Amino acid sequence: MDTQHLAAGRTADVRIAGLSKVYAGGVAAMADVDLTIASGEFVAVVGASGCGKSTLLRILAGFERPSAGVVEVGGTPVTGPGPDRGVVFQDYGLFPWLSVRENVAYGPARKKLPKAEVAAVTDRFIAAVGLTRFAGKYPAQLSGGMQQRVAIARVLANDPSLLLMDEPFGALDALTRADLQTELKRIHVDTRTTVVFVTHSIEEAVYLADRVVVMTGGASHGVPGSVRRIVPVDLADRDVTSPAFNAVKREIAELVHTVPAAA
Amino acid sequence: MTTTDVATVPVAAAAPTVPDAPRRRGRGRLRTVLLGLPVPVLFLVLWHLGRAQEWELPLGLRMGFLPYPADVAAGLVNYVAGTRDDAFSSLLWEDLPASALRVVSGFALATLIAVPLGVLMGRFRTANSLFDPMINLFRPIPATAWVPLVALLIGYGDQASIFLITLSAFFPIVLGTISGARQVPERLLEAARMLGTSGVGTLLRVVLPAAAPAIVNGMRVGLGLAWVILVLSETTGVPTGLGSTIFLARDVVQTDQIVVGMICIAVAGFLSDRLLTLFFRVLFRDRPLIK
Ligand SMILES: Nc1ncnc2c1ncn2[C@@H]1O[C@H](COP(=O)(O)OP(=O)(O)O)[C@@H](O)[C@H]1O
Ligand SMILES: [Mg+2]
Repeated sequence: MDTQHLAAGRTADVRIAGLSKVYAGGVAAMADVDLTIASGEFVAVVGASGCGKSTLLRILAGFERPSAGVVEVGGTPVTGPGPDRGVVFQDYGLFPWLSVRENVAYGPARKKLPKAEVAAVTDRFIAAVGLTRFAGKYPAQLSGGMQQRVAIARVLANDPSLLLMDEPFGALDALTRADLQTELKRIHVDTRTTVVFVTHSIEEAVYLADRVVVMTGGASHGVPGSVRRIVPVDLADRDVTSPAFNAVKREIAELVHTVPAAA
Repeated sequence: MTTTDVATVPVAAAAPTVPDAPRRRGRGRLRTVLLGLPVPVLFLVLWHLGRAQEWELPLGLRMGFLPYPADVAAGLVNYVAGTRDDAFSSLLWEDLPASALRVVSGFALATLIAVPLGVLMGRFRTANSLFDPMINLFRPIPATAWVPLVALLIGYGDQASIFLITLSAFFPIVLGTISGARQVPERLLEAARMLGTSGVGTLLRVVLPAAAPAIVNGMRVGLGLAWVILVLSETTGVPTGLGSTIFLARDVVQTDQIVVGMICIAVAGFLSDRLLTLFFRVLFRDRPLIK
């Protein structure tokens, strides 16, 4: 699976300042979130269910408008969804009536690239996720893990400068999940695309990320969601069994499962 | 495991008496076909007897005025192949194209208006609010009730006929499209937008294919109604057509020809539905659509 020269290597930084979101109906999903992400960085977001992780990601994607605050990707304010920010959903969101090849070609075709170039890019990314033999299949004919590979290839083929992933491996079995984690890590090394990765799994976050954003609160706790702490993962190798790895895991788990003392 | 085997013995013993699955299915199909025969045969026999003995049925139905089934069969052959050399000989080949052209024109016009309108109404609240009252106002008016007004507004002829067909095919298509467009999974719209699809592009590339099964259903109902309304629409004084010929046959009191016309319309309606289904099967090939 050759992922060399996968993309032009577009990458962007992210600046979020004073971000608040109140949904229609008055649900205060998050308040005063500040977060700066460097170009090429891999950031994981963890936190109890309902603390606003998806909301944060959907605002970055442009699916939701912020109620207050600044959200910039690559120095440009986010005003709506766009192909510079690829989103990978937990439920894949593949077009069921398009084959694997057509799903992956979808983005490049929208850019009105020459046909030959669309085909070349498509083949390259299908190969990168190891699905060349399945290029003619439809999503419903594939396992969950394979569908998520298609979804990843589909956004990468668009050469995004920011990759947004909302619990992308949450519905997969443990073995498939481990495979895809390894593959995503390799893809990130090759493309240097900035990644924001929401997950329930602290181990997954520590394994993949340069920094882990721990969120807390949430509308169901009566307070808007907010960033509790950002934990850098300064581990040379990510051996999940090593004491150093588990020390970071423990630190984050502590932050996720306890309520911050009232300020 | 002899102890557990004991428990399965009754089942195993019973097994040979149960026919194996493929044979059972084959027999089931044969049974279905055979069971489909007696009632139509009985119907034909009663029809023949009723005609011969001039039965009087409830609601003043005088069977003496019916043609014999055999006469209808002969009339049908004449209508198709010109065996009798009368006014109706081989007339099918003039009537069918004339009627089919009206049905196809009206149906195509209805589809052309109803599908875009339905997509807009299904996706945009404003469009829905604008057009929903009109649709609910006009939908309950039966096409029959339109005939006198259309006669005055358009006059007699092809255009009046096509107008009535368009009107009746329009409503099922627009309603099918609206419900299909409403049920498009939000996730697919998000996926399309984050991959760089424009607003109009989303309607074409996501809403249309996702709503396709509902649109096709609406179109099939609409096409069926187009044939239903054909006879009525040909009372508007068009000279040729399956419906016109039924009225001509009534005027010359040739009941066998009336029944022949009825049969031909039924067959044409059935075949056009098959054609439409085939068209969509070719169009979608084997693409899995959202059910
Ligand atoms: N579209 C919406 N309308 C109203 N409330 C919402 C909407 N989406 C999410 N919420 C609420 O906002 C809060 C944060 O949700 P979410 O961002 O999905 O949390 P997480 O992904 O961390 O589980 C929750 O209380 C949720 O119920
Ligand atoms: Mg979530």
